[in-house]
Amino acid sequence: MSAMDSLSASAAVVVDGVSMAFNPGRSNQVDALVDIDLSIHRGDFVSLIGPSGCGKSTLLRLIANLIEPTSGTVLVNGKSATQSRLDQDYGMAFQQSGLFEWRTVRKNIELPLELKGWNKAKRAKRADEMLDLVQLADFGSHMPWQLSGGMQQRVAIARALASHPPLLLMDEPFGALDEMTREHMQAELLRICAAAETTVVFVTHSIPEAVYLSNRVVVMSPRPGRITEIVDVDLGSERDDDTREDDLFYKKITEVREALRGAEGQPGHGAGGARGVEDR
Amino acid sequence: MISRGARRAGLFVVALLCVAALWEFYKVVGPEEGAEVFGWRLVPRASDRAMPHTWEMVQRLFDPEVRGRDTPIWVAVVGYSWYTFRMALVGLLLGGIFGIGLAIVMARFKVLERGLLPYVIASQTVPLIALAPQVAAIGGNWDLPKWTWVASLGAFLAFFPIAVATLKGLGNAPAASLELMDSYAAGWWRTLFKLRLPAAVPTMVPGMKLAATAAVIGVIVSEISTGVRGIGFASLTYGQKATSDPAQLYTAVFGAATIGLLMFGLVVAIEAIAMRNRPQEAGA
Repeated sequence: MSAMDSLSASAAVVVDGVSMAFNPGRSNQVDALVDIDLSIHRGDFVSLIGPSGCGKSTLLRLIANLIEPTSGTVLVNGKSATQSRLDQDYGMAFQQSGLFEWRTVRKNIELPLELKGWNKAKRAKRADEMLDLVQLADFGSHMPWQLSGGMQQRVAIARALASHPPLLLMDEPFGALDEMTREHMQAELLRICAAAETTVVFVTHSIPEAVYLSNRVVVMSPRPGRITEIVDVDLGSERDDDTREDDLFYKKITEVREALRGAEGQPGHGAGGARGVEDR
Repeated sequence: MISRGARRAGLFVVALLCVAALWEFYKVVGPEEGAEVFGWRLVPRASDRAMPHTWEMVQRLFDPEVRGRDTPIWVAVVGYSWYTFRMALVGLLLGGIFGIGLAIVMARFKVLERGLLPYVIASQTVPLIALAPQVAAIGGNWDLPKWTWVASLGAFLAFFPIAVATLKGLGNAPAASLELMDSYAAGWWRTLFKLRLPAAVPTMVPGMKLAATAAVIGVIVSEISTGVRGIGFASLTYGQKATSDPAQLYTAVFGAATIGLLMFGLVVAIEAIAMRNRPQEAGA
């Protein structure tokens, strides 16, 4: 445990021997996750990828302390996940932007700050910064439904980052966007997180997305959910559209795809990727 | 906005004229003494006593309430209506506070929802005619002013649609938004005020529209059984003179209808303010 302790001091997230079962002890018990160990360093961009039902969203929700593990421990910034949630140590973004339609863009971004008890002037100043960061400075007084899907998603990211949390948890945040917007948003996210030195845990089922964004891609397999392989992606910190043409980029995509096939338990079989995982 | 308002007002007048035309048309073709279908008196009488001419009703507004007085009856009708309108307004307000409060309590404590909801529903099947004397008795015991009796009976009818609509609306918040509030470590009450209640507004509005007219009905019916002098009381006394002065009753009907429209319009105005920043389709 002493090695674990020193690790937890420097790591943003430590998941230690975590299992998650829904309906435990009953006939319809579902082992969503079994014996997960994962540590994420500060400043890392880690993607969780795997077919539907592999428990990647469940793992994200365990880190967020939206659910409690059946066994094992989760540490966030050296504290228990519960304490981290109570301290609002992380921001969160989902596939649906989840903006409140009765609040202006600016008020949506200010929501986490309101809940932290910030005063009006301080909130307004930070909202201005965040609007600049996601390049929506002219849209602060618009209502969310007046914006395009991509813009709404940027507002959601601005909201998630508004309190400058050291950790950002994202669950397929670009899943509902078209390909063009999606690539643009990926570049934006890297720019924003580099600027704020944010650690990111990113759930996706797109292999290129995971490779483009991450330092490390965590490959998971279903029934029961477990980590089968972790692929390091050393594409450097400066990534742009040229990165998507890079040989190493393709090599890493192949590596992740093969890891996913292995995860499905049928190496060398099937022409496409693992079921439920997109090649786009 | 102005042109839309003007069009609505125009449509209202057209609809009113259509109803009047239909009324007069029936008086021409309908049987004077009505008719029976398979032994039931289904076809109403078209006699001037049962169905006075529409112009007579309007004319009647400008004649005095009682023969020999100078002031036309519309002055009295406006007076009665103003009283009933204020009572209905207080009833709607009380019903709103109670209904929303009840919905919040039921949403907070699921056990209470299961326990209370049957009683809430049962309360609406109690005839107001039976309840009004009880309220009058309690009000009399406690020395409460008479207006509180009728207002509370208006509230009694108004709280129900508001409570049901609010309870439903509090479930509107999407799971992802609730999870978001959870991730901010926001407790139940903060989640209520920041998320659940604002998300409930589009569902609450139709309930409030029902409640607005229900409050008027509650006040009118309870006036009849408590003798408080509003438009319900006027309807009763005018109705008693229906044989000699059939048009007089309809002056009270005009008053009651106007109150209903005003109350409804008030909720529509509140809706316009509350929903002004919402997506258009949600406000439709």
